[in-house]
Amino acid sequence: MTTTVLVLATLAVFATMGLALVRALKGPTIYDRILAVNVFGTKTVLIVALITFITGHFDLIDIALVYALINFIAIATILKLVKTRNLASASPDDAGDV
Amino acid sequence: MRDTIFLILLLALLWLAISGLYKAPILLLGLASVVLVTWLVIRMRIIGEEHNPTVFAWRLPRFWLWALREIVVSNIHVARLVFRPERISPRIVYQNVQFKRPLGKVIYGNTCTLTPGTVTVQLTRTGTVIHALDAKSAESLGQLERKVHWLEGESEPVTPENGRQHRQHTGQADREDKRQTHGREAGQ
Amino acid sequence: MFETIIDIVSWLLLLAGGAFGIIGGIGLLRFPDFYSRLHAAGLTETLCAICIIFGLVLQAGVSLLALKLLLILLFLLFTAPTATHAVARSAMIDEVDPILSDDSPRLVEFEDRP
Repeated sequence: MTTTVLVLATLAVFATMGLALVRALKGPTIYDRILAVNVFGTKTVLIVALITFITGHFDLIDIALVYALINFIAIATILKLVKTRNLASASPDDAGDV
Repeated sequence: MRDTIFLILLLALLWLAISGLYKAPILLLGLASVVLVTWLVIRMRIIGEEHNPTVFAWRLPRFWLWALREIVVSNIHVARLVFRPERISPRIVYQNVQFKRPLGKVIYGNTCTLTPGTVTVQLTRTGTVIHALDAKSAESLGQLERKVHWLEGESEPVTPENGRQHRQHTGQADREDKRQTHGREAGQ
Repeated sequence: MFETIIDIVSWLLLLAGGAFGIIGGIGLLRFPDFYSRLHAAGLTETLCAICIIFGLVLQAGVSLLALKLLLILLFLLFTAPTATHAVARSAMIDEVDPILSDDSPRLVEFEDRP
C-alpha cells in the first residue's frame, strides 16, 4: 500500500514536470522558460527523494541533497548569463540593490 | 568572533549529520573542509549574525510555525484561483519597511516570496516592491511586517500601541492602514 | 495501531503534495502573464515540497535519513524564494510588463528615501 501511494505521488510529480516542460517550450519570454526550468529542477529533487523510498536504496538521498543546492546555483548562473552575456562581470543595473 | 564560532559549530554538525561515517580518515576530511570553508567565509567577509542560530532565541520556532500556517492558507487560496483564473487581479504594492537589521529585511522578503500570492520583486534600503496575485494576498503583507518586527524583539504580535511605534516614519497609523489596503481599494 | 495512523497520515501528505504539484503545474499554464505564473510556481515549490518531504519523514521514522530529508526541505525553502526573486527582478530590469488590474499602480523602480 505504501509503495502504491509512493508511486502515485511520483506520477503526480512527473505530471507537474511535464506541465512545466510545456511552459518551458511555449515561453513566451525567456524568464518564463527559466522559471519553468527552476520548477523542473525542484521537482527533480522530490522525484529522487521518492525513488529513494520506492527502491529502498537509501544512499540515493544524498543525490537529492546535492541536487537541491546545484539547481539553485544553476538558476542564478543562467540568469546572470542571460542578463550580462558574460559570467565574469557584474551587472551595472543591479549596483544600487541591497 | 562569536559568529565565527557558531559557524564552525554549525558546519561541524552538518558534516556529522550528512556523512554518517565516523572513522578517523573521514573525520579528518571533515575537519579539513570545515577549516577551508571558515577561511573562505572570513576572506569573503560575509560572516554575520545570520550564522548565529540563537539570534532570535525562542521566537524563531514560533515564527516558523506561524509561517507554515500562512503558507498552507495562501497555498489553498492560490490553488482555488488556478481553477478560476478570471478572478485574479494582479497588482503592484509599494511598501516602506524599516527593520532593525538587514537580517530582518531578508526574512521579510523571503517569507513574503515563500507564501504564494506575493512575490518580492525589488528590495531596497527603505522599501519593497511586491507583486501580489489579488487583494487578499496583498492584505497579508501588513501582518507579515508586524510579525517580523515581533521576531526582532521590538513588540508584541498584534497590539496597536506597539504597532504605532515602528510606524513613525510614515506618519499616522490610519494612513498606514490605508496604504496597506490600497491594493484592494484600487481593485474595486 | 499507532503505526497504522502514522502510515495513513503519511499517505495523505504524499497524495496532497502530488495534488498541489499538479495544480501548480496547471496554474503555470493557465495564468496570463509571467508575474502571475511566479505564484503558480511558488505553489509547487512550497506546499508540494513540504507535504511530500514530511510524508517521507513519517515513513523514515527517527533516523539520519529523516534528518537529511529535513535538510533538503530547509535548503529548498531557503533557495526557492531567492531564485524566484532573482527571476522576477531580472524580468523587471528587462522591462517585462505585468498585466495589472485596472487602477493599480504601475511597476516602476522603488526610489530610496533618505
